[in-house]
Amino acid sequence: MMDLLITAIFHENLALTFFLGVCTFLAVSERLETAFGLGLAIIVVQTITIPVNNLIFNGLLMEGAWAWLGLPDVDLTFLKLIAFIGVIAAMVQILEMTLDRFAPVLYRALGIFLPLITVNCAVLGGSLFMAERQYDFAQSVVFGFGSGVGWALAIVAFAAIRERLKYSDMPAGLQGLGSAFLVTGLMSLGFSAFAGVGS
Amino acid sequence: MASNLRHVTTPLVQNNPVTLQILGICSALAVTTSLSTALVMSMALTVVLCLASATISLIRNHIPNVIRLIVQIIIIASLVIVIDELLQAYAFEISRQLSIFVGLIVTNCLVMGRAEAFAMRNPVWPSVLDGLGNGLGYSLVLIIVGSIRELLGAGTLLGYTILTPASQGGWFVPLGLMQLAPSAFFIIGLLIWAIRTYWVVQVETPKFRLKLQRSRG
Repeated sequence: MMDLLITAIFHENLALTFFLGVCTFLAVSERLETAFGLGLAIIVVQTITIPVNNLIFNGLLMEGAWAWLGLPDVDLTFLKLIAFIGVIAAMVQILEMTLDRFAPVLYRALGIFLPLITVNCAVLGGSLFMAERQYDFAQSVVFGFGSGVGWALAIVAFAAIRERLKYSDMPAGLQGLGSAFLVTGLMSLGFSAFAGVGS
Repeated sequence: MASNLRHVTTPLVQNNPVTLQILGICSALAVTTSLSTALVMSMALTVVLCLASATISLIRNHIPNVIRLIVQIIIIASLVIVIDELLQAYAFEISRQLSIFVGLIVTNCLVMGRAEAFAMRNPVWPSVLDGLGNGLGYSLVLIIVGSIRELLGAGTLLGYTILTPASQGGWFVPLGLMQLAPSAFFIIGLLIWAIRTYWVVQVETPKFRLKLQRSRG
């Protein structure tokens, strides 16, 4: 379990090793505060959606999941994409309403990022990885939390670097997006150095 | 016709979805360790993009504005499932290598972005051309990055040996870095630099200038 957590945070970081959610990663990392808010939202959403998707995948979509109804041959795995997206969208909506009702301060901090998360590939990718690697429920909780933390860590560190980059003097063509890619590459190198830690 | 053709040609390099619009980067980086996966991924994405643009543009006047995102996602997801099943049936090895990334076309911002920005407001034919152009622009970046990574990382292209590696008696020592994740970031970064050196218009203006520098001239 500890292995899984550490691997999910560092070595198999969703953003830096699997390139998931890089679009958002590059777009929302101009300022440290917003990056922090988005990172927090991702942790919460990943920790909730991946276990829920795990239950749905194992309980409804897997081959043989309908055996108790006398339908042992039904294999609905091809529906997993639509099911996962539905769950993610619904979860994000529920989370938004709950936060609005019970934690308005947090809601205002995360507000605009929550809807964005529905189409963030890191969230869907996390669920798809969970299905592909056949995690059980406990593993999916740990994986969900770990991958969320890893993504948040990456974007916060990246935003901090980027705030410094604004003051640097670089070739005109590299200004902005070009340098962002190179920095992400360097960060990715750094994170891959954690390979082997915890295993 | 000429104006329609423009929808295909401008996204190729000048308004490239990956290097300028920052759309669909996630999958662009992950599947480029070899040229064959990059090719299959580009084909899958271009087909999905064209069909999704066509379908969405066809029913654009009947989609209530409030639920348009859900409708778009459902259309795209259905198309992606079909493509995914086709790949698993006819190209199982490659579909295994692509792992989850075919499925991730659903949340690929490129497809959603073009649907939202173009197909919702334009007739069917230009939308298909726009989809085709953006798909090809995306494919171009994937193929360039995929070729560089496979050639320098393993000395092969599409599995054929181009540069004989030292282990087999040649002179070429494969760069292990090219097979790892960071190299994709570096190559795209450098690609953007190259494009922006050529089209200076695309250069982002820096938000801050060093005061010392300006006073020196």
